[in-house]
Amino acid sequence: MQKSYKIEVDCANCANQVEEAINKMDEVKSCSINFMFQKMTLEFEDSIKEKDLLKQVKKVAKRIEPDFEVE
Amino acid sequence: MSKKLKKRLIRIIISLCLFIPLFIIDKIFDLSTVIPNFNEGWLLPFGLYLLIYLLISYDILIKAGKNIIHGRVFDENFLMIVATIGAFVLKEFPEAVAVMLFYQIGEFFQDLAVQNSRKEIASLMDIRPESANLIDKDGNIKTLSPNEININDTIRVNPGEKVPLDGVVIFGSTSLDTKALTGESLPRDITVGDDIISGTINLTSSIDIKVTKKYEDSSVAKILKLVEESTNKKSKQEKFITKFAKWYTPIVVISAVLLALIGSLVSGDYVTYISRALNFLVVSCPCAIVISVPLSFFVSIGRSAKLGILIKGSLFLENFNKAKTFVFDKTGTLTKGNFAISKVVPEANKDEILKYASIAESQSSHPIALSIKKHIGSPLSSNVEIQNIAGEGIVAKYQNETILCGNEKLLKHHNIIFDKVNEIGTITYVAKDNKYLGAIVIKDEIKEDAKEVIDYFNKNNIQTIMLTGDNYEVANEVKEQLGLSDFKASLLPQDKVMELDNILNNKKENELIAYVGDGINDAPSLIKSDIGIAMGALGSDAAIEASDIVLMNDNLNSLFIAKKIAKKTMRIVKENIIFALLVKVSILVLSSFGIANIWIAIFGDVGVALLCVLNSLRSGRIKL
Repeated sequence: MQKSYKIEVDCANCANQVEEAINKMDEVKSCSINFMFQKMTLEFEDSIKEKDLLKQVKKVAKRIEPDFEVE
Repeated sequence: MSKKLKKRLIRIIISLCLFIPLFIIDKIFDLSTVIPNFNEGWLLPFGLYLLIYLLISYDILIKAGKNIIHGRVFDENFLMIVATIGAFVLKEFPEAVAVMLFYQIGEFFQDLAVQNSRKEIASLMDIRPESANLIDKDGNIKTLSPNEININDTIRVNPGEKVPLDGVVIFGSTSLDTKALTGESLPRDITVGDDIISGTINLTSSIDIKVTKKYEDSSVAKILKLVEESTNKKSKQEKFITKFAKWYTPIVVISAVLLALIGSLVSGDYVTYISRALNFLVVSCPCAIVISVPLSFFVSIGRSAKLGILIKGSLFLENFNKAKTFVFDKTGTLTKGNFAISKVVPEANKDEILKYASIAESQSSHPIALSIKKHIGSPLSSNVEIQNIAGEGIVAKYQNETILCGNEKLLKHHNIIFDKVNEIGTITYVAKDNKYLGAIVIKDEIKEDAKEVIDYFNKNNIQTIMLTGDNYEVANEVKEQLGLSDFKASLLPQDKVMELDNILNNKKENELIAYVGDGINDAPSLIKSDIGIAMGALGSDAAIEASDIVLMNDNLNSLFIAKKIAKKTMRIVKENIIFALLVKVSILVLSSFGIANIWIAIFGDVGVALLCVLNSLRSGRIKL
């Protein structure tokens, strides 16, 4: 499943680092962050619960950029 | 300006208003000597500067604290804190405050620039419909979100409203403004039975539409998605910057540590070397380049979208700029594709020839068939038995008569004697019951802006090759008129793909081939080429899907505009990368020899960031 989310990330470099870190997560097939549009596209297995995954993604992202938010 | 930014601006202004007077007073009166008979006189200026420091950097302190708990030592916030605390320790109080102050000013302007271009692009891409007026069974109108409308629902679009979903007009006729999608300002007229595309604006009168696609499959949603995902395909420059940013900070920090350690040990003058090392930390953030490169691409891609040119990623902007060979499909790309009968030979038999041709072509949707039908009016027959012979034409049986309608090969295969017609154009021969009747000459018009675009390519040493199913004479005439480099004629659809394969196989390494087609039946070519460009793609999902650059309108001129934007954007990106690297490296080198002090480092860092960002914004103002 592929889904887009509106996110809040303040610096371009952090956005790149967050993208890299999320891509390393086992549950995520691929992640791409568009800093300019403040959008994150996630690809993951249908069997994974979206809510749980987002929680995890947020946790990973917040370690890098404390201001990171998913709407 | 957002609330968050406004708050930061106020903080910066207050800090500046406190810092500048304090700095001047300190320089004139030397605050450390103000209190008489006090050995620790430095405590007074230290305390005052520290207050301003805390005011301007408390958010960074918090962030740095959080990040260091997570073990991120190469975090820019943390490094700025180290650099400034270091300056405090060395009793360079004003420097410590200035580093933070200017760092914040730089960040503020960067964020402001990013926010403004975001807003600008968002308003350009303002094609998202807010609501749809559903007409229910009883004829009542309910206003809903476009997401709630189903296929086969009927909706009403009033003048001034955006068409929310793709559909077919079932009542009324009106003019549509397609500017937001195609960049073309000429309104399109539309009436019952016509397809209507979401994202256009209804200009003159109310129409009812039967919805044919759900919102998420409608043109408007697809286009928005495409633009928003346009950063997924990153250019070489963007990839370089990401990699660079990853290594730059650690390398600078490690060099700073080494400089401080080795310098101090060798010379014994640890104050000098630690202060030089602090300069390194001041320029350790790669943010200036990291933001300016994607910003340039973003601004350009947004600008192009406004002009009806969708670019699916910075990679394609880069490749489009590099491509030295453009392969064009002829019909619908270089020419209008509106075939018209230019001549019938012999003229005396005109009515008979056209009558039989129209019978034979009655079930075909080939452009040539359409032009014959258009000339004749309504189709004549229903009981026709049609046999299509690929690459030759049609054999039709109608009321015991056998009609042949096609090219030379068809007549030769049936051993029919005919007079070869030496006219330029597509020639369709017509025969009935093995007797030759005559021929129809059909010609396609070259697009008005084709010559200008090909001239531009020629001037820039770009090869232009045309592929066409037409015969040699027709193709050659187009080639001569436009000044194309080369052409291949008499190609069947599958031959065109093979011909493109040939070109792709024989190209030199690093050479890029662009293919320009109308996307109607050349999806394989669009996909195979290095850069697939579809023209007149508004409403054609297949073309939008298959291509890398989508020209929503039919003008070749868009190709020319896209080329200019790509060229300028790439220049700006390169300028930024080279300029930022040069300044940063110079500061590092000069600092390590003690030539550049911390003030130069501050201005170098913040100045570079601002200049790069301002330069990036130029992408949106390229003259066309």
